Parts: sequence; structure tokens; C-alpha cells
Amino acid sequence: MRKAKWLVPTIYIIFLMLPIYWLLNMSFKTTTEIINTYTLWPQEFTLENYKKIFTDSTWYNGYLNSIYYVVMNTVISVAAALPAAYAFSRYKFVGDKHLFFWLLTNRMAPPAVFALPFFQFYSSVNLFDTHVAVALSHCLFNIPLAVWILEGFMSSVPKELDETAYVDGYSFWRFFFKIFIPTITAGIGITMFFCFMFSWVELLLAKTLTAVAAKPIAATMTRTASTSGYELGLLAAAGSLTIIPGAIVIYFVRNYIAKGFALGRV
Amino acid sequence: MNKTVNQKAWFFVIPVFVLVAFNAIIPLMTVVNYAFQETFGNNVFMWEGTRWFKQIMLSERFHASLGRQFLFTFIILFIQIPLGIAIALTMPKEGLGVPVCLVLMSMPLLIPWNVVGAMWNIFALPDIGFLGHSLNALGFDYNFTQQIGDAWFTTILMDVWHWTSLVVLLSYAGLRSIQPAYYQAAEIDGASRWAVFTKIELPKMKKVLTIAILLRFMDSFMIYTEPFVLTGGGPGNATAFLSIDLVKMALGQFDLGPAAAMSLIYFFIVLLVCWVFYTLMMRNEGKS
Repeated sequence: MRKAKWLVPTIYIIFLMLPIYWLLNMSFKTTTEIINTYTLWPQEFTLENYKKIFTDSTWYNGYLNSIYYVVMNTVISVAAALPAAYAFSRYKFVGDKHLFFWLLTNRMAPPAVFALPFFQFYSSVNLFDTHVAVALSHCLFNIPLAVWILEGFMSSVPKELDETAYVDGYSFWRFFFKIFIPTITAGIGITMFFCFMFSWVELLLAKTLTAVAAKPIAATMTRTASTSGYELGLLAAAGSLTIIPGAIVIYFVRNYIAKGFALGRV
Repeated sequence: MNKTVNQKAWFFVIPVFVLVAFNAIIPLMTVVNYAFQETFGNNVFMWEGTRWFKQIMLSERFHASLGRQFLFTFIILFIQIPLGIAIALTMPKEGLGVPVCLVLMSMPLLIPWNVVGAMWNIFALPDIGFLGHSLNALGFDYNFTQQIGDAWFTTILMDVWHWTSLVVLLSYAGLRSIQPAYYQAAEIDGASRWAVFTKIELPKMKKVLTIAILLRFMDSFMIYTEPFVLTGGGPGNATAFLSIDLVKMALGQFDLGPAAAMSLIYFFIVLLVCWVFYTLMMRNEGKS
């Protein structure tokens, strides 16, 4: 029993890593090798695919665009959600339950439903093809999620903390920034992780709202797949590089994932 | 927690309210606008009443994609939830294994969805993909671009690969919140492993599991990018789930009226199911 226990996670992790390995494997191969032979590792190891991405501005701008709007969205979402989540966790007010559910419904709305109206709406306010447009549109699902997660973390902080601070003569905002926010750092970390994650991986809205100037990397890949034939090696290299920002974020929140989740919505 | 009544709390909520309303209400009104009218471009609209709704509700195409959608969502929930719990239960509880497991397992969650589709496409290609090649070498006649069963198998396997970790992370968090005293008490009572699971672990995980089911339901119900890149909805329409069908109708054929009506029906179905979940969840919260 004891021995067999690590077997399940190990097999699962191997299953998770296989497609990722295959993508990396492809990215180091030449196009001829990919098309003509089936090899478990690159026979003619090449960095050409990566070189192309780092030297061609349409490629590397895609990455910068994506990172730019994702960071913007994460900051907006968390900043707006912090006071709101505090209100939901501490106070009762007219329409609080309805508002909370209404927020959640936006997390449930299929982006496909909103693609066309978003395009028309953001064009009409002259925000089409800007980073702000994508960052704002991703608020649609990230703010509700951020409020939801943060509310869970805040509710697990006893109310006595607030009351003691007021007795000690703290003003609300001083309490909020000096005491409350440091108490829920783990929760904020987790929330940022989720906001980053959902904004980074979303493509439908990001693609609909951009043309050239703010085009995300994922959309650049789609275009490559359709126009310049089927350059699998290049596509694989671009795909492999999209894993890196996520991996970095995970590395930073790794301690929070373990501890933070447990404090969160449990 | 007992909350105090404070109407000023609305001021805290205003930024969120404005940002979400800006994104939700105006576009939603556009959809409603299209749903009841016929347009030939140039901003000329004709009132159509409920014609599009009737047309969609009676169309076989909608029934078929809705059926596929429910089947898909049901299958992935049925696989991911138990699998996620099983993995969370067997994961290491301390030491170096914890961060290693968590980091590696979170990887699929942070890969852009079209890259997931592209990655699985490359992985499953019958001639040069590892999965496709291996299955064919083992004697299975596997080709996900041509056979319906294989296309479904690949799409489901991709979704299990992509999202099971979310269930694992949430369940793991639920398990971590259980005080060691509970386990000690169970040991003293001589409880079996199964009893510990059903009497201690499962009830403690109830809340996170509800969230996991809710999130997985919502996300799988609006799945678009991954199957679009992997199979393009094919072969034929075999994997054309609701969103794929909707985008095809709205942006491909430019049938704005029917597409808008379909959007609203689609949204209402998601809303209804989630409302039921949410009410159940909140009721449980009130009890405990």
C-alpha cells in the first residue's frame, strides 16, 4: 500500500508531460525530419525555429503583447476585487446576494456569445486593437473569479482582527493596507495566479479584439498555421515558448499554492 | 460569520460593478437587439419578434449540438472528478514531493488553449504523433481526423489532460484543511480506509468539490478553442460543440439573428444549471 501510493501521481505526471515533451521534441526538429520520419527525439538537433521567433518582430511582439495585456488585466482585476470582496465578506447590504450571483453569471457566460458584440462595442469606443481593450474585456470573467476567491480568503480571517484594529485607533484604510492585506497575501497570490492563468490562456476574445498592434502570440500562431503552409516545427517552438511565462508564475506562487489553497475556499 | 448591515459597502463594490457592467450589459443588449430583428447591413433592422427563437428551438442542428455538448460535459465530469480526488488522495503530504507535484500538475492549466489544441493535434497525428503512432503500432486503427469515435476519444483525453489538475488542486486544498486530530480519532476507533474517506475526507471536501464541479461544468460547456484547433468540429459535425456551432453561424455564415437567439438560449441553459448548483451550495453552507 505504502509503496503503491506514489504510483498514481507519478503515472499522472508522466501522462501530463508526454504531450509537452512531444511539443518540445518537434520544436527542435527540422521540417523535413518532422514530415518524413517518426523519431522519438530530434536526429538533427536544430535551433532554427527558435531563432526565427526571436528575430522576427511579428513573432516576438506577439509575446510582448500577450504579457502586456495579461499583466494589465491581473492588476485591474485584483485592485477592483479587493474592496468588493471585503464588502461581501464583512457587510450585508441591499442586493448583496443578487449582485454576487450576477457577478458569477458573467464568469459563466460563454465568450463565444460575446465575441461579436465585443468587437462592435470596442470598435465604437475606439479601443479596437489596443491592449486596454483586451485587458478590460478579460475583466468580464476575471473580476468575478477574483471576487469569489478573495471573498473566501477574507471570510476565513476572523472579524476580531478588524475590531481590534479599530479599537487601537486605526483608520479604515490604514487598517486595510497595513494589517488586512498582509494577512491575506496568500489569497492575493492565488487570485493573481488565477487571473493571470485565465487571461493568458484565453484566445477567442483576445483574437477578436485585436488586428495588428496588440495581437497576442496565440493569434500569431493561428495565422501561421493557416497562411504559410503547415510549419509544424515553428508552431511547436512558438507553443513551447508560451509555456514559459506560466511556468515562471507557478514557480513564484508554488508555496502559496500549497498553503494558500488550504486557507481559501474551504 | 455574522455580518453587519452597512449600506456604504456599496461604495466598495462600485469599481467591480462598473467594470463588469461595462463588459456585460452593453454587449448583452446588442445580442438581445439582434435576437429579435432581421438585418441586411447598413443599420437597417426589421422587427422579427420571437421568430429566431422558434427557429432555433425547433432546429435539428441546435438539438444535435446541444446533445453533443451535454454528452461531452457529462463524460468529462464523470472522469475528471473521481480521478482528481484519487490523485489528490495519493499525493505526498509533506516534503519535496509537494511542490514538485503541484508545479508539474499546474503546467497544463497555464498553456494557452489554442496551444493545447495544437499540441494535441501534433501528439495525436496518426503518422508522426506519439499517441497516434503508438496506437496504430499496437494494432488499433486510429485516426482522429476521420473516425468519429477516435475524434471523441482524443477530445476527451485532451480535456482530461488539460483540466483534471484543477480538480486535483482544489481537492488537495480541501484535504489539507482537515485537522490531524480527525485522523487520530479515526485510527483509535479502528476505522477502515474507506470509512475515513466517506466519513471524514469526503464531507470536508464537499465545498471545494462543488466549486470544482461548477467550474468544470461552466468551462466545459463553453469549450471552443481546443476542439476547434484539434478537430475543427469534425469529422463532419461530430465534435461541433455549442460554441463551435455558434461561432460558425455568427461569424461564418453571418446569420446574426438566429446566432443571437442561440446565444441567449445557450446562456440561459448555463445560467439555469449553475443557479441550481449555486443554490444547493449556499444552502449547504447555511446548514454547516
